Amino acid sequence: MKRAPALFWLLAIATVPLWLRDQYYLHVLITTAIFIIAAMSLNLLLGYTGQLSLGHVAFFGIGAYASALTTLGFDIELPGGFRVEHAPWPAVAGFGIAVAAAGLSGYAIGKLSFKVRGAYFVIVTISFAEVTRLVALNWVELTQGPLALNNIPPYTLWIPGVGDYEFWDKRAYYYLVAGVGVVTYVVIKRLVGSRIGRAMIALKENEPLAGSVGIDVTRYLVLAAVVSAAMAGAAGSLYAHYVKIIDPDIFLFIYTVTMVIMVITGGKGTLAGPVVGGVIFGFLPVVLRSFAAPAVQWIIYGALMIVIVFVLPEGIVPAVERWSRSWRSPRPAEATILASSKARDE
Amino acid sequence: MDELLQHLVNALILGSTYALLGIGLTLIFGIMRVVNFTHGELYALGAYAVFLLEASLGVNFFLALAIAVIVGCAVGAAIELVLLRPLQGADIDTTMLVMIGAWIVMQNAELLYWGGASKAIMTPFPEQPLQIGPIFVSWLRIFVLVVGLALIGATYLLINRSKLGKAMRATFQDRDTAALMGVNIKGIYTATFAIGSGLAAAAGALLGPVFLVTPTMGDLASLKAFAIVILGGLGNITGATLGGFILAFVEEIGAGYVSSGYRDGMGFLIIIVVLLLRPTGLFARAERIG
Repeated sequence: MKRAPALFWLLAIATVPLWLRDQYYLHVLITTAIFIIAAMSLNLLLGYTGQLSLGHVAFFGIGAYASALTTLGFDIELPGGFRVEHAPWPAVAGFGIAVAAAGLSGYAIGKLSFKVRGAYFVIVTISFAEVTRLVALNWVELTQGPLALNNIPPYTLWIPGVGDYEFWDKRAYYYLVAGVGVVTYVVIKRLVGSRIGRAMIALKENEPLAGSVGIDVTRYLVLAAVVSAAMAGAAGSLYAHYVKIIDPDIFLFIYTVTMVIMVITGGKGTLAGPVVGGVIFGFLPVVLRSFAAPAVQWIIYGALMIVIVFVLPEGIVPAVERWSRSWRSPRPAEATILASSKARDE
Repeated sequence: MDELLQHLVNALILGSTYALLGIGLTLIFGIMRVVNFTHGELYALGAYAVFLLEASLGVNFFLALAIAVIVGCAVGAAIELVLLRPLQGADIDTTMLVMIGAWIVMQNAELLYWGGASKAIMTPFPEQPLQIGPIFVSWLRIFVLVVGLALIGATYLLINRSKLGKAMRATFQDRDTAALMGVNIKGIYTATFAIGSGLAAAAGALLGPVFLVTPTMGDLASLKAFAIVILGGLGNITGATLGGFILAFVEEIGAGYVSSGYRDGMGFLIIIVVLLLRPTGLFARAERIG
């Protein structure tokens, strides 16, 4: 019985394209799913280790650029006369390179920025994202700068019985993104439930205490940063091969803000939180765009962010869980006692 | 050599406004422990207020500058009263999220009201620049430098000589003891946020006529203010002042001799280098203000 909800959700995800035939809504669904993957990866850092990283879009962008450049090929001259040539590789290799490149930069940034905490950490991560944006904008030889990387080819997968299949079709792409999303979800679930995850949560709750019982704080933070960055890189690669054009605007701070809003609305530190928040903020623009200009839309986003922090500081998922608990048992006081005694037993 | 001298003069002028930005942000952080993401928007608001008053209402340029600073103070006080006062005691991440929300609202409200096109502010200064030896400086920039330095001096006097400043320093050192000694902490918070916002608006009002006024000008201003404050150490006013000038020099020299495309990236490189070598900032001995 324990697996029934998981099976239900898997079926629900798998059957969406069967009744959702409208191409526009399918498009919204795909971009939403890509952003949910990015939000889930941010949640690993923000929700489970408690580090507010506001440079997360950098890993998303690095993934997108790495994937696109691997697939398109490039020919650049480095200072000192070194010439680096790269012939186009298949897009699937681009996906791997994107994950690796983002993970590596996650490692570098983790090593660098986990020397500091709180406000300093936030500002370092913002700065990092801004530096990557400026590099994408100014290293024209590699990235085409503001001219953008165009005509990024789609993924090609060898499927038994079909042969090489190119992902042009929106429905096929939806299944690809959904597959990566489910894998990401499961990896995070397993990670969080493991010894490593418990160490991460421990150092979020009380870092000096966690350190004093022998948890290597920096090691676990860097590990979380690497995994999180690699997942964001995967999302970036999916995005690049879907929209097929990327420019330095992919590094804008506003995308990080979108991911942060998704995570805190849904509930940071919960598995379902980024998914719930992602669906809300993925489809909110569709609802709003019929009557609101983009600026108004952003004003609503910003106001919502403030309202949520004031009204639902822990997010939707924990609040719903609490309500459903108190709904099931008429006397909440007793339920709390039961819950706490149950926690003690475990 | 002449070119270098010209860069240095430009940096000095830019630095005086950067210092204003940095002092405002570092005051707010030092006393209130709030990372103020709306700082850049108050900077933009200062510039837009001058534009609105002068171009649409025909107010005298100098009067418009003064009103812009007052508007900045008032909006800052309003933000503090409405958003931050109810959150007192909340952790730093929570206030940060609220400030990010406020920042998005303010920026897009500006975009909605003034549109995306950049605006130019007219000034009563002559077009013909002043020539001192091989160096050219426009009269407007000299005015910016003088007012910038005067405001920095005024802030120092306010913090170090006035009763309000004394209460602010006491709150910074130990909030609870200050409260026990009869300091009105809530009032100090509102005053701090208002003063910090006023300084940001002043920087925007001064730089607006030098450059163009755009709805996104606040983003870079916020990020640069962060860089300045990290450079000087969070909460350190002298550090922020020096940090403002240092950032301006590095930007000017970097843009002049390395690559102008990375001009705005210099601040971030500084942040990363400073945090690698001296995470508490260049000028931090002990955390204190004044």
